[in-house]
Amino acid sequence: MAQYFSNLYGIKGWAALGLFGLLFVIVIPALNLFLPESSALRVPDYALSLIGKIMCYAIVAMAMDLIWGYAGILSLGHGLFFALGGYACGMYLMRMIGTEGQYGSTLPDFMVFLDWKELPWYWQGTDMFWYALLLVVLAPGLLAFIFGYFAFRSRIKGVYFSIITQALTFAFMLLFFRNETGFGGNNGFTDFKRIVGYSLTDPATRAGLFIATAIFLMMALLMCRFIVVSKLGRVLTAIRDAESRLMFCGYNPLHYKLFAWTFSAVLCGIAGALYVPQVGIINPSEMSPANSIEIAIWAAVGGRGTLVGPLLGAGLVNGAKSWFTAAFPEYWLFFLGFIFIIVTLFLPQGVIGLLRRFKKT
Amino acid sequence: MKFFYFPLLRAFLFFLLFTGGAWSHVAYAVTPEILKTLSTGDNSERIAAIDALVSTGDVDALPILQALLDGTLHVAPRGEKVIILDKEVAHNALTKQIIDPVPAGLEKITINNRVRRILDSALAALKLSSSDSQVRLAAAEQLQDQANEDFLPLIETVLKKEQDSDVKIALSLAKAKMQLKNADATLRLEAVRVLAQSSKESTKAALLAMIEKDASGNYQEVDVAVRSEIKRSLAEIDSRLLTAEYIGRVFSGISLGSILLLAALGLAITYGLMGVINMAHGELLMIGAYTTYMVQVLFKSYWPEAFDLYLLVALPAAFIVSALVGMAMERSVIRYLYGRPLETLLATWGISLILIQTVRTIFGAQNVEVVNPAWMSGGFALVSNLVLPYNRIAIIVFSMIVLVLIWVLLNRTRLGLFVRAVTQNRTMADCAGVPTRKVDMWAFGLGSGVAGLGGCALSQIGNVGPDLGQSYIVDSFMVVVLGGVGQIAGTVFAALGLGVVNKFLEPYAGAVLAKIFILVFIIIVIQKRPQGLFALKGRTVEN
Repeated sequence: MAQYFSNLYGIKGWAALGLFGLLFVIVIPALNLFLPESSALRVPDYALSLIGKIMCYAIVAMAMDLIWGYAGILSLGHGLFFALGGYACGMYLMRMIGTEGQYGSTLPDFMVFLDWKELPWYWQGTDMFWYALLLVVLAPGLLAFIFGYFAFRSRIKGVYFSIITQALTFAFMLLFFRNETGFGGNNGFTDFKRIVGYSLTDPATRAGLFIATAIFLMMALLMCRFIVVSKLGRVLTAIRDAESRLMFCGYNPLHYKLFAWTFSAVLCGIAGALYVPQVGIINPSEMSPANSIEIAIWAAVGGRGTLVGPLLGAGLVNGAKSWFTAAFPEYWLFFLGFIFIIVTLFLPQGVIGLLRRFKKT
Repeated sequence: MKFFYFPLLRAFLFFLLFTGGAWSHVAYAVTPEILKTLSTGDNSERIAAIDALVSTGDVDALPILQALLDGTLHVAPRGEKVIILDKEVAHNALTKQIIDPVPAGLEKITINNRVRRILDSALAALKLSSSDSQVRLAAAEQLQDQANEDFLPLIETVLKKEQDSDVKIALSLAKAKMQLKNADATLRLEAVRVLAQSSKESTKAALLAMIEKDASGNYQEVDVAVRSEIKRSLAEIDSRLLTAEYIGRVFSGISLGSILLLAALGLAITYGLMGVINMAHGELLMIGAYTTYMVQVLFKSYWPEAFDLYLLVALPAAFIVSALVGMAMERSVIRYLYGRPLETLLATWGISLILIQTVRTIFGAQNVEVVNPAWMSGGFALVSNLVLPYNRIAIIVFSMIVLVLIWVLLNRTRLGLFVRAVTQNRTMADCAGVPTRKVDMWAFGLGSGVAGLGGCALSQIGNVGPDLGQSYIVDSFMVVVLGGVGQIAGTVFAALGLGVVNKFLEPYAGAVLAKIFILVFIIIVIQKRPQGLFALKGRTVEN
């Protein structure tokens, strides 16, 4: 058993993870919940929701790292899986509004607005929490599986694959922008009221979601770590470095790629589902190609093929983003653009690589 | 009842006036009496007066009727004078003299919708006597839509004098449309036969209405022969409308395809050559469009008399500016990422963000307006309901020229030879002494310059804004992916094919679903032909 754990991380690694857990699962939520507003140590509400949001992004960045950093497949469509998970969760949250919507109907407001009389078939059962959870996993998972199967089977790789995934998320964005698709058109879902009976405006609910995100983040990290240190992980790395050689050795890369790809998409979906109740809105712009490319840069900034790096990268880039867009909104795109260039030109190993280099010298 | 006998009276008047060949000399058709009726009479009297004015065919009546329609016709207190009040300047409607100062107590003449409809067609009828054949044609077309039997005699007279064949056809169609309600069945039959030549939806609707049954089960058209003739004419109109529609779709498909081609050609060159996806390619289009805008602004302020020629300067300027930006990108970033295509993709995305924000900082986030040169506005009417805009035709022609130039460049010059050599086998070309890195730079400049040309073309048909490139980038990638790497022929077929298929799907599925179908279609095609439809056949190993 001990062998089992030490395979994943050494003593230091587990200690760091424990520290992270202590901080994000207990200390920060507690500092927000139990300290009075006047206290200097209190974590303000907006910071809590910002950190919660960034943790969701971090999960996505890690999922991206699994597929890009280890298997060498750059997806420009991961924002789609994130949004699909978010929409699945959003459907449940919309149903939970009940009759408290603007029109007082049992249908979501936008359906009343479109003059629909009953729920479309794909909305059936979304008022059950377990079914919504199932959808969160299945919607992105199935799509990724089907798309991945066809793409990997015909050995689409490299930039070709990237471009096709970009087209995929672009197509879905267009689809979700339509009102007739039944997901609220360009307004998406918003005005959520409660989740499993708890009001979403209640600080305790928000702290609960925060804790759930932090716990899932750690679980996802351990799962990914488990994958990459296993034999499967080594095959993935081999696919990245020399796919033809691997095929000559008798491996069929399809299964490995497909597993990593689908797993990565499911992680994104769950991250999206955690994201939506905390942010309170989901709309098709989450699927825009630009969003998905940003995910890649989170992973690249942190350092590809490290799992922890992308967590760091997501935090750094998004922290910088919220600071920039408040302080110098017009310079954010310059900054982001330069990050893209500098990281690819000078920091191929990302921040983690930089730290390692310092350690050596 | 007034309504019925006035046409007859008008017809009588009309014959009195025109049998003497006094056609263009009917002066003073606008009498004070008619003006008085127009200004103070009730609506039925006004319509009668309008009809009377039309029957004179007097062009002098035009400004008065127009003023009545525009609501600028006023009547002075006690109704002794009728005055056109246009932008604070008052004219006497009868004598056309300017009245200064504007008299006090003017009362606007208000009309109802029935009068307004009559006025519309009355103005068209009067314009039939215009000396400009374009005006006459437009008027005749309008009269086909708003057929008013009262104008029949006028049209017959005009038709006799008309020389221009287009106007003649339009007039006879209008005449036939007016005769549809004629009491004489043979005349109706004749009219229906003539109307088979029409390609107007309004004519079709009028004919359809005639073969419908009313509430008591009787046909609107009593005569059996006329009814069968109507059906024949309708079939003819339908087939013509359908043909026109298909031609229109093919045309707009080719037009869309040629835009895609301009956007994708440069991309195909750079991607084929270096295996690099240039995410900033769309922004090079945008830069080309903004260069055109700049040239246009300079022409407007320094050389307005040659404004129509600004494109001659804008094209090379757009090419050079975009090519320079592209070469700078290659020199400063892309060449350091050689052999790392995924990183190049991200780095060029970064460049595109910087370019977008730069343009936004300089020109603002709003769209700028690029004015077409005069020769590009308007269109070529293939049939009456299908107009091919000149700017679209110009872009199709232009993209073909660009295509030929690139083909010549790639196949008939030394640089082209090098580019093709490097595309096929970089290492081998390097061994044979081809300066591959230099070729990279020049080819990148060429691809970017073509994007600039594309941007210049785009500025003529759409909005020019900082996000211009973003909307074309996915589409142009799809063209390259579908067409195959480094294949000019593939790019052409993919671009035109996608454009036409898109335009044919749109009426059935709507623009958004059509686009989604096409993306799905491309993903499926890639299954069968992973290297694109027109992949190079070779024995090289991937990687």
